[in-house]
Amino acid sequence: MLHTVNKSPFERRTLDSCLRHAQPDSAVLLIEDGVYGAFDGTAITGKVKDAIGNFKMYVLGPDVRARGMDESHVLDGITVVDYEGFVDLVAEHDKVQAWL
Amino acid sequence: MAEPWEDEEQGPVRKFMYVNRRAPYGTIYALESLEVVLIAAAFEQDVSLVFLDDGVFQLKKGQDTAAIGVKNFSPTYRALEGYDVEKLYVEQESLEARGLTADDLVVPVQVVNQKELGDLMAEQDVLLSF
Amino acid sequence: MKFGILVNEGPYQHQAADSALQFTKAALAKGHEIFRVFFYHDGVNNGTRFGVPPQDDRNITQQWSDLAAEHQLDLVVCIAAAQRRGILDENEAKRHGKDGNNLAPGFRISGLGQLIEAGIQADRMIVFGD
Repeated sequence: MLHTVNKSPFERRTLDSCLRHAQPDSAVLLIEDGVYGAFDGTAITGKVKDAIGNFKMYVLGPDVRARGMDESHVLDGITVVDYEGFVDLVAEHDKVQAWL
Repeated sequence: MAEPWEDEEQGPVRKFMYVNRRAPYGTIYALESLEVVLIAAAFEQDVSLVFLDDGVFQLKKGQDTAAIGVKNFSPTYRALEGYDVEKLYVEQESLEARGLTADDLVVPVQVVNQKELGDLMAEQDVLLSF
Repeated sequence: MKFGILVNEGPYQHQAADSALQFTKAALAKGHEIFRVFFYHDGVNNGTRFGVPPQDDRNITQQWSDLAAEHQLDLVVCIAAAQRRGILDENEAKRHGKDGNNLAPGFRISGLGQLIEAGIQADRMIVFGD
Protein backbone atom coordinates (compact mmCIF):
# COMPACT_ATOMS: atom_id res chain seq x y z
CA MET A 1 0.00 0.00 0.00
CA LEU A 2 1.04 3.58 -0.62
CA HIS A 3 0.16 5.93 2.21
CA THR A 4 0.02 9.67 1.61
CA VAL A 5 0.37 12.19 4.42
CA ASN A 6 -0.43 15.78 3.56
CA LYS A 7 -0.42 17.65 6.88
CA SER A 8 2.50 18.89 8.91
CA PRO A 9 3.45 16.55 11.77
CA PHE A 10 3.77 19.64 13.95
CA GLU A 11 0.14 20.60 13.26
CA ARG A 12 -1.58 17.22 13.22
CA ARG A 13 -1.05 13.66 14.24
CA THR A 14 -1.78 12.14 10.85
CA LEU A 15 1.85 11.13 10.20
CA ASP A 16 1.88 9.50 13.61
CA SER A 17 -1.36 7.64 12.95
CA CYS A 18 -0.19 6.58 9.52
CA LEU A 19 3.07 5.15 10.85
CA ARG A 20 1.23 3.26 13.59
CA HIS A 21 -1.03 1.50 11.10
CA ALA A 22 1.09 1.02 8.01
CA GLN A 23 2.36 -2.50 7.39
CA PRO A 24 6.13 -3.02 7.32
CA ASP A 25 7.55 -2.39 3.86
CA SER A 26 4.63 -0.31 2.71
CA ALA A 27 5.41 3.09 1.20
CA VAL A 28 4.74 6.47 2.78
CA LEU A 29 4.74 9.61 0.63
CA LEU A 30 4.81 13.03 2.29
CA ILE A 31 3.06 15.70 0.24
CA GLU A 32 1.83 19.27 0.74
CA ASP A 33 2.51 20.37 4.34
CA GLY A 34 3.42 16.77 5.14
CA VAL A 35 6.86 17.39 3.64
CA TYR A 36 7.93 19.18 6.84
CA GLY A 37 8.22 15.73 8.38
CA ALA A 38 11.09 14.77 6.09
CA PHE A 39 13.85 16.90 7.56
CA ASP A 40 16.78 16.51 9.87
CA GLY A 41 17.04 18.44 13.10
CA THR A 42 13.39 18.56 14.11
CA ALA A 43 11.54 17.35 17.20
CA ILE A 44 10.27 14.35 15.26
CA THR A 45 13.42 13.44 13.37
CA GLY A 46 13.99 10.47 15.67
CA LYS A 47 10.53 9.08 15.00
CA VAL A 48 10.93 9.55 11.26
CA LYS A 49 14.35 7.87 11.29
CA ASP A 50 12.71 4.86 12.93
CA ALA A 51 10.06 4.92 10.23
CA ILE A 52 12.73 4.90 7.54
CA GLY A 53 13.84 1.59 8.94
CA ASN A 54 10.36 0.11 8.58
CA PHE A 55 8.83 1.73 5.53
CA LYS A 56 9.84 2.99 2.12
CA MET A 57 9.68 6.75 2.63
CA TYR A 58 9.24 9.37 -0.05
CA VAL A 59 8.74 13.11 -0.13
CA LEU A 60 7.30 15.23 -2.94
CA GLY A 61 10.06 17.52 -4.24
CA PRO A 62 7.80 20.22 -5.68
CA ASP A 63 6.17 20.68 -2.26
CA VAL A 64 9.60 20.77 -0.57
CA ARG A 65 10.85 23.48 -2.94
CA ALA A 66 7.61 25.45 -2.73
CA ARG A 67 8.12 25.79 1.01
CA GLY A 68 11.73 26.93 0.70
CA MET A 69 12.98 23.78 2.36
CA ASP A 70 16.35 22.40 1.35
CA GLU A 71 16.23 19.06 -0.42
CA SER A 72 19.75 18.35 0.78
CA HIS A 73 18.43 18.34 4.35
CA VAL A 74 15.89 15.63 3.62
CA LEU A 75 16.72 12.68 5.85
CA ASP A 76 18.83 9.93 4.38
CA GLY A 77 16.58 7.14 3.32
CA ILE A 78 13.74 9.40 2.22
CA THR A 79 13.60 9.52 -1.57
CA VAL A 80 12.60 12.79 -3.21
CA VAL A 81 10.13 12.29 -6.05
CA ASP A 82 8.24 14.61 -8.36
CA TYR A 83 4.64 14.25 -9.54
CA GLU A 84 5.69 11.68 -12.15
CA GLY A 85 7.28 9.72 -9.33
CA PHE A 86 4.08 10.08 -7.32
CA VAL A 87 2.16 8.59 -10.24
CA ASP A 88 4.66 5.73 -10.50
CA LEU A 89 4.32 5.03 -6.77
CA VAL A 90 0.56 4.81 -7.15
CA ALA A 91 0.91 2.41 -10.06
CA GLU A 92 3.49 0.24 -8.24
CA HIS A 93 1.44 -0.27 -5.08
CA ASP A 94 -1.84 -2.13 -5.03
CA LYS A 95 -3.78 0.67 -3.37
CA VAL A 96 -3.46 4.13 -1.86
CA GLN A 97 -4.59 5.39 1.53
CA ALA A 98 -4.72 9.11 2.19
CA TRP A 99 -4.11 10.12 5.81
CA LEU A 100 -5.86 13.48 5.93
CA MET B 1 -33.35 -24.88 -13.56
CA ALA B 2 -32.38 -21.36 -12.52
CA GLU B 3 -35.01 -18.64 -12.58
CA PRO B 4 -34.30 -15.87 -15.12
CA TRP B 5 -33.34 -13.37 -12.46
CA GLU B 6 -30.89 -15.83 -10.93
CA ASP B 7 -28.84 -15.74 -14.12
CA GLU B 8 -27.91 -12.13 -13.50
CA GLU B 9 -24.19 -12.00 -12.94
CA GLN B 10 -23.00 -10.28 -9.81
CA GLY B 11 -20.64 -7.52 -10.92
CA PRO B 12 -17.17 -7.18 -9.41
CA VAL B 13 -17.19 -7.09 -5.62
CA ARG B 14 -14.45 -5.05 -4.03
CA LYS B 15 -13.55 -4.55 -0.41
CA PHE B 16 -14.27 -0.91 0.40
CA MET B 17 -13.11 0.59 3.66
CA TYR B 18 -14.40 3.95 4.84
CA VAL B 19 -11.87 5.48 7.20
CA ASN B 20 -13.29 7.82 9.82
CA ARG B 21 -10.77 9.80 11.86
CA ARG B 22 -12.59 13.02 12.67
CA ALA B 23 -14.97 14.10 15.38
CA PRO B 24 -18.57 14.93 14.48
CA TYR B 25 -20.01 18.47 14.15
CA GLY B 26 -16.72 20.40 14.22
CA THR B 27 -16.50 19.58 10.52
CA ILE B 28 -18.86 17.96 8.01
CA TYR B 29 -16.66 14.98 7.19
CA ALA B 30 -18.41 12.59 9.58
CA LEU B 31 -21.87 13.36 8.24
CA GLU B 32 -20.95 13.39 4.57
CA SER B 33 -18.89 10.20 4.77
CA LEU B 34 -21.91 8.48 6.31
CA GLU B 35 -23.95 9.67 3.34
CA VAL B 36 -21.46 7.96 1.03
CA VAL B 37 -21.86 4.71 2.93
CA LEU B 38 -25.64 4.81 2.68
CA ILE B 39 -25.61 5.42 -1.07
CA ALA B 40 -22.84 2.89 -1.54
CA ALA B 41 -24.95 0.18 0.08
CA ALA B 42 -26.89 -0.17 -3.16
CA PHE B 43 -23.74 -1.35 -4.90
CA GLU B 44 -23.47 -4.50 -2.79
CA GLN B 45 -19.75 -4.27 -2.24
CA ASP B 46 -17.87 -5.67 0.74
CA VAL B 47 -18.00 -2.66 3.05
CA SER B 48 -16.16 -1.95 6.29
CA LEU B 49 -16.35 1.21 8.35
CA VAL B 50 -13.48 1.94 10.66
CA PHE B 51 -13.38 4.55 13.38
CA LEU B 52 -10.03 5.56 14.79
CA ASP B 53 -8.42 8.64 16.31
CA ASP B 54 -11.17 11.25 16.82
CA GLY B 55 -13.45 9.23 14.54
CA VAL B 56 -14.48 7.17 17.56
CA PHE B 57 -16.34 10.25 18.85
CA GLN B 58 -18.76 9.95 15.91
CA LEU B 59 -20.32 6.95 17.64
CA LYS B 60 -20.63 8.50 21.10
CA LYS B 61 -24.05 7.93 22.70
CA GLY B 62 -26.27 10.75 23.86
CA GLN B 63 -25.54 13.40 21.27
CA ASP B 64 -27.91 16.32 21.91
CA THR B 65 -27.44 18.96 19.25
CA ALA B 66 -30.45 21.16 20.00
CA ALA B 67 -28.47 24.04 21.44
CA ILE B 68 -26.01 24.19 18.56
CA GLY B 69 -28.80 24.19 16.00
CA VAL B 70 -27.35 21.35 13.98
CA LYS B 71 -29.07 18.10 13.06
CA ASN B 72 -28.10 15.11 15.20
CA PHE B 73 -27.16 12.44 12.71
CA SER B 74 -25.91 9.81 15.17
CA PRO B 75 -29.14 7.74 14.92
CA THR B 76 -28.13 7.04 11.34
CA TYR B 77 -25.38 4.74 12.56
CA ARG B 78 -28.09 2.46 13.92
CA ALA B 79 -29.69 2.35 10.47
CA LEU B 80 -26.55 0.94 8.85
CA GLU B 81 -27.47 -2.61 9.74
CA GLY B 82 -30.62 -2.25 7.67
CA TYR B 83 -28.41 -1.35 4.73
CA ASP B 84 -26.36 -4.53 5.20
CA VAL B 85 -23.42 -2.51 6.46
CA GLU B 86 -22.43 -4.60 9.41
CA LYS B 87 -18.67 -4.41 9.63
CA LEU B 88 -18.04 -1.53 11.99
CA TYR B 89 -14.61 -1.51 13.59
CA VAL B 90 -13.46 0.80 16.34
CA GLU B 91 -9.85 1.07 17.44
CA GLN B 92 -9.22 0.16 21.03
CA GLU B 93 -6.25 2.49 21.50
CA SER B 94 -8.25 5.42 20.16
CA LEU B 95 -11.11 4.68 22.55
CA GLU B 96 -8.84 4.34 25.55
CA ALA B 97 -6.91 7.51 24.77
CA ARG B 98 -10.23 9.33 24.82
CA GLY B 99 -11.56 7.75 27.99
CA LEU B 100 -14.23 5.76 26.15
CA THR B 101 -15.31 2.14 26.04
CA ALA B 102 -17.56 0.23 23.64
CA ASP B 103 -20.40 0.81 26.12
CA ASP B 104 -20.26 4.52 25.34
CA LEU B 105 -21.11 3.90 21.71
CA VAL B 106 -24.45 4.17 19.98
CA VAL B 107 -24.15 0.88 18.05
CA PRO B 108 -22.53 -2.49 18.65
CA VAL B 109 -19.07 -2.50 17.10
CA GLN B 110 -16.09 -4.77 16.86
CA VAL B 111 -13.24 -3.32 18.87
CA VAL B 112 -9.88 -4.04 17.30
CA ASN B 113 -6.39 -3.05 18.33
CA GLN B 114 -4.01 -0.97 16.29
CA LYS B 115 -2.23 -3.94 14.73
CA GLU B 116 -5.49 -5.67 13.81
CA LEU B 117 -6.73 -2.44 12.25
CA GLY B 118 -3.56 -2.09 10.19
CA ASP B 119 -4.01 -5.67 9.02
CA LEU B 120 -7.63 -4.97 8.08
CA MET B 121 -6.61 -1.91 6.10
CA ALA B 122 -4.03 -3.96 4.22
CA GLU B 123 -6.75 -6.39 3.09
CA GLN B 124 -8.89 -3.78 1.37
CA ASP B 125 -9.17 -2.98 -2.34
CA VAL B 126 -10.28 0.63 -1.93
CA LEU B 127 -9.81 2.93 1.05
CA LEU B 128 -11.74 6.19 1.17
CA SER B 129 -10.80 8.94 3.61
CA PHE B 130 -12.79 12.07 4.18
CA MET C 1 -3.85 2.11 -15.55
CA LYS C 2 -7.20 3.66 -14.77
CA PHE C 3 -7.17 6.15 -11.91
CA GLY C 4 -10.09 7.47 -9.91
CA ILE C 5 -9.46 10.76 -8.15
CA LEU C 6 -11.47 12.09 -5.19
CA VAL C 7 -11.13 15.79 -4.40
CA ASN C 8 -12.47 16.70 -0.98
CA GLU C 9 -11.64 20.38 -0.75
CA GLY C 10 -12.44 23.55 -2.64
CA PRO C 11 -10.02 25.61 -4.72
CA TYR C 12 -7.48 27.84 -2.96
CA GLN C 13 -8.56 27.12 0.62
CA HIS C 14 -6.54 23.91 0.69
CA GLN C 15 -3.83 22.60 -1.57
CA ALA C 16 -5.88 19.48 -2.32
CA ALA C 17 -7.30 20.76 -5.60
CA ASP C 18 -3.87 21.86 -6.82
CA SER C 19 -2.29 18.56 -5.83
CA ALA C 20 -5.06 16.69 -7.60
CA LEU C 21 -4.56 18.78 -10.73
CA GLN C 22 -0.80 18.24 -10.76
CA PHE C 23 -1.22 14.53 -10.15
CA THR C 24 -3.86 14.25 -12.87
CA LYS C 25 -1.66 16.06 -15.40
CA ALA C 26 1.32 13.87 -14.54
CA ALA C 27 -0.77 10.71 -14.81
CA LEU C 28 -2.09 11.73 -18.22
CA ALA C 29 1.41 12.64 -19.40
CA LYS C 30 2.50 9.13 -18.46
CA GLY C 31 -0.25 7.63 -20.55
CA HIS C 32 -2.57 6.60 -17.75
CA GLU C 33 -6.32 6.99 -18.02
CA ILE C 34 -8.33 9.07 -15.57
CA PHE C 35 -11.56 7.15 -15.08
CA ARG C 36 -13.23 10.00 -13.18
CA VAL C 37 -12.47 12.95 -10.95
CA PHE C 38 -15.13 13.11 -8.25
CA PHE C 39 -15.61 16.26 -6.21
CA TYR C 40 -17.06 15.89 -2.70
CA HIS C 41 -17.42 18.01 0.44
CA ASP C 42 -16.13 21.50 -0.38
CA GLY C 43 -14.50 19.95 -3.44
CA VAL C 44 -17.72 20.80 -5.30
CA ASN C 45 -16.59 24.43 -5.19
CA ASN C 46 -14.01 23.57 -7.83
CA GLY C 47 -17.00 23.49 -10.18
CA THR C 48 -18.22 27.09 -10.05
CA ARG C 49 -17.63 29.15 -13.16
CA PHE C 50 -18.10 32.40 -11.25
CA GLY C 51 -14.65 32.41 -9.70
CA VAL C 52 -12.55 35.44 -10.67
CA PRO C 53 -9.17 34.77 -9.09
CA PRO C 54 -6.40 37.35 -9.51
CA GLN C 55 -5.01 37.48 -13.04
CA ASP C 56 -1.47 36.78 -11.93
CA ASP C 57 -2.37 33.51 -10.26
CA ARG C 58 -3.76 30.20 -11.42
CA ASN C 59 -7.43 29.74 -12.20
CA ILE C 60 -8.12 26.33 -10.72
CA THR C 61 -11.62 25.87 -12.14
CA GLN C 62 -10.39 26.89 -15.57
CA GLN C 63 -7.56 24.39 -15.30
CA TRP C 64 -10.04 21.61 -14.59
CA SER C 65 -12.29 22.72 -17.47
CA ASP C 66 -9.34 22.93 -19.89
CA LEU C 67 -8.02 19.54 -18.82
CA ALA C 68 -11.47 18.04 -19.22
CA ALA C 69 -11.80 19.46 -22.72
CA GLU C 70 -8.35 18.36 -23.81
CA HIS C 71 -8.55 14.81 -22.42
CA GLN C 72 -12.32 14.17 -22.27
CA LEU C 73 -12.13 13.85 -18.50
CA ASP C 74 -15.22 13.00 -16.53
CA LEU C 75 -15.42 15.63 -13.78
CA VAL C 76 -18.31 14.83 -11.46
CA VAL C 77 -19.61 17.12 -8.74
CA CYS C 78 -21.63 15.34 -6.06
CA ILE C 79 -25.23 16.50 -6.18
CA ALA C 80 -25.87 16.35 -2.44
CA ALA C 81 -22.70 18.23 -1.53
CA ALA C 82 -23.32 20.69 -4.37
CA GLN C 83 -26.86 21.46 -3.25
CA ARG C 84 -25.61 22.22 0.25
CA ARG C 85 -22.98 24.60 -1.08
CA GLY C 86 -24.87 26.25 -3.92
CA ILE C 87 -23.27 24.71 -6.97
CA LEU C 88 -26.07 24.22 -9.46
CA ASP C 89 -26.37 23.39 -13.13
CA GLU C 90 -29.26 24.66 -15.21
CA ASN C 91 -31.50 21.72 -14.35
CA GLU C 92 -30.84 21.90 -10.65
CA ALA C 93 -31.42 25.67 -10.61
CA LYS C 94 -34.80 25.22 -12.33
CA ARG C 95 -35.72 22.33 -10.08
CA HIS C 96 -35.07 24.38 -6.96
CA GLY C 97 -36.41 27.70 -8.22
CA LYS C 98 -33.04 29.47 -8.15
CA ASP C 99 -32.44 32.51 -10.31
CA GLY C 100 -29.10 31.36 -11.67
CA ASN C 101 -26.79 28.44 -12.17
CA ASN C 102 -23.02 28.27 -11.95
CA LEU C 103 -21.61 24.93 -13.01
CA ALA C 104 -18.39 25.36 -14.96
CA PRO C 105 -17.77 23.81 -18.40
CA GLY C 106 -16.53 20.25 -18.31
CA PHE C 107 -18.17 19.44 -14.99
CA ARG C 108 -21.40 17.51 -14.50
CA ILE C 109 -23.53 17.03 -11.41
CA SER C 110 -24.34 13.49 -10.38
CA GLY C 111 -24.80 11.19 -7.42
CA LEU C 112 -22.43 9.51 -5.00
CA GLY C 113 -22.91 6.32 -6.96
CA GLN C 114 -20.42 7.76 -9.44
CA LEU C 115 -17.77 7.74 -6.73
CA ILE C 116 -18.51 4.14 -5.83
CA GLU C 117 -18.46 3.16 -9.48
CA ALA C 118 -15.04 4.75 -9.78
CA GLY C 119 -13.90 2.74 -6.77
CA ILE C 120 -15.14 -0.42 -8.45
CA GLN C 121 -13.90 0.24 -11.99
CA ALA C 122 -10.62 2.10 -11.51
CA ASP C 123 -7.36 0.33 -10.80
CA ARG C 124 -6.43 2.89 -8.17
CA MET C 125 -8.34 5.52 -6.16
CA ILE C 126 -6.36 8.52 -4.96
CA VAL C 127 -7.89 10.92 -2.42
CA PHE C 128 -6.86 14.57 -2.04
CA GLY C 129 -8.22 16.40 0.99
CA ASP C 130 -7.40 18.24 4.15
